Amino acid sequence: MSNSLAITLKSSVVKKQLIGITGLLLCGFLVTHLLGNFLLFVGPEAFNKYGHALTSNPLIYLAEAGLLALFLGHMGLALKATLENKAARPQRYYMKTKTGRGSTIASSTMPYTGAILLAFIVFHLQGIKFGAVYNVTYDGVVMRDLYKLTFEKFASLPYAAFYVVSMIAMAIHVSHGFWSAFQSVGFWHNRYTDSIRKAAIGYAVFVGLGFSILPIYCFLTGAN
Amino acid sequence: MSNNNMNLNLKIWRQPKKSAPGKMVDYKVSDISPDMSFLEMLDVLNIQLVEKGEDPVVFDHDCREGICGMCSLMINGQAHGPEDRTTTCQLHMRKFRDGDTIVVEPWRAKAFPVLKDLMVDRTAFDEIISAGGFISVNTGNAPDANAIPISKENADLSMDAAACIGCGACVASCKNASAMLFVSAKVSQFSLLPQGKVESSERAVNMVNKMDELGFGNCTNEAECEASCPKGISISNIARMNREYTVGSITGK
Repeated sequence: MSNSLAITLKSSVVKKQLIGITGLLLCGFLVTHLLGNFLLFVGPEAFNKYGHALTSNPLIYLAEAGLLALFLGHMGLALKATLENKAARPQRYYMKTKTGRGSTIASSTMPYTGAILLAFIVFHLQGIKFGAVYNVTYDGVVMRDLYKLTFEKFASLPYAAFYVVSMIAMAIHVSHGFWSAFQSVGFWHNRYTDSIRKAAIGYAVFVGLGFSILPIYCFLTGAN
Repeated sequence: MSNNNMNLNLKIWRQPKKSAPGKMVDYKVSDISPDMSFLEMLDVLNIQLVEKGEDPVVFDHDCREGICGMCSLMINGQAHGPEDRTTTCQLHMRKFRDGDTIVVEPWRAKAFPVLKDLMVDRTAFDEIISAGGFISVNTGNAPDANAIPISKENADLSMDAAACIGCGACVASCKNASAMLFVSAKVSQFSLLPQGKVESSERAVNMVNKMDELGFGNCTNEAECEASCPKGISISNIARMNREYTVGSITGK
């Protein structure tokens, strides 16, 4: 049996497993990001100090590099798989009807919701992480006033609306991706497959609502 | 002629040969009994065409009992037509109404080239089987059937997987033209039994690598294959194959 590492890594099975595992790790990142965001409700000091604690830790560069690698790996492999999938059916059907018992809106739009998320991430980083720098001093330490920036950005209705729409796309994306990752890796058992599918929906609703509440809250309270 | 007989409009893919371009062509058939199977309806059309001196529509078929896996056809955009767990030959015209327009196309996948009209070349499936869809045993007298204990649960799961007739509806219905359901059924039917367990990892690796090489798409876990499968093969088999592929890739010879 000849089974070189290259064939294995390029195989349809391992490719999907890597997309799934990177996706699950990104799901983990989303949770930590969301929990950090919730500090906004605590107040400007807690929010800004949390941001400062993250960015002032030298390990942040390692974490960011890891996160970037996850994103690039996830997107690169997904793009490769999508292109291969298009090539696997060069002649389209004249008529194609869904059975209604298999694919869902989420599963059939993964490349599109993924593309929306890519556009969102670029926009988000450009607007917040690499956006305007306001400074504030707590206990003699100068740090970025991200609280102010966040409220300033979300005062704009189109800006807040774009965030909410993107977060809905993200919720749709992860509602399929979360359980799909388990299937790709090979977890399947009558005892827990249903639970994984339900957990995927639960997770999607949690992050979708969680990330949407923020721009809505900022828009409503900031505008008045 | 009973009053229930139907007149139908057909839109059928006509393609003279593998390398030639094809197109959808409109036909009319009349006085179709609701008790006819879909293939019998096509037989009626072909008799009409032959009588007019035209080229009959070529389609694959053999047993017409739903067990051989030869019949195919995308009917109104669904593999084997609208009825759940039914092959085209077992689909009856009573599922349609008088005056309906029915769209009939071949399976479409790079790995299943159209030979003529509605007939596709499914040799790719045979190549995947040759790559590992077997068990290696010495020939000789048949051993006692009960010599090796097999759990009832595994025997059932193996039989469920073995129900696959290799028709290719999974590939046809998959938006990625992936053959994962077929390959996973062929992997599972052996790996669940002691006789097949011995080679299960190598089998999964060899069959999946062959599948990839033949140009089938990647699985995106949408389960349209399971929904379209005339034998109701479960995508749990795909999870099993993924598992065995990974293990086989790490521990394989």
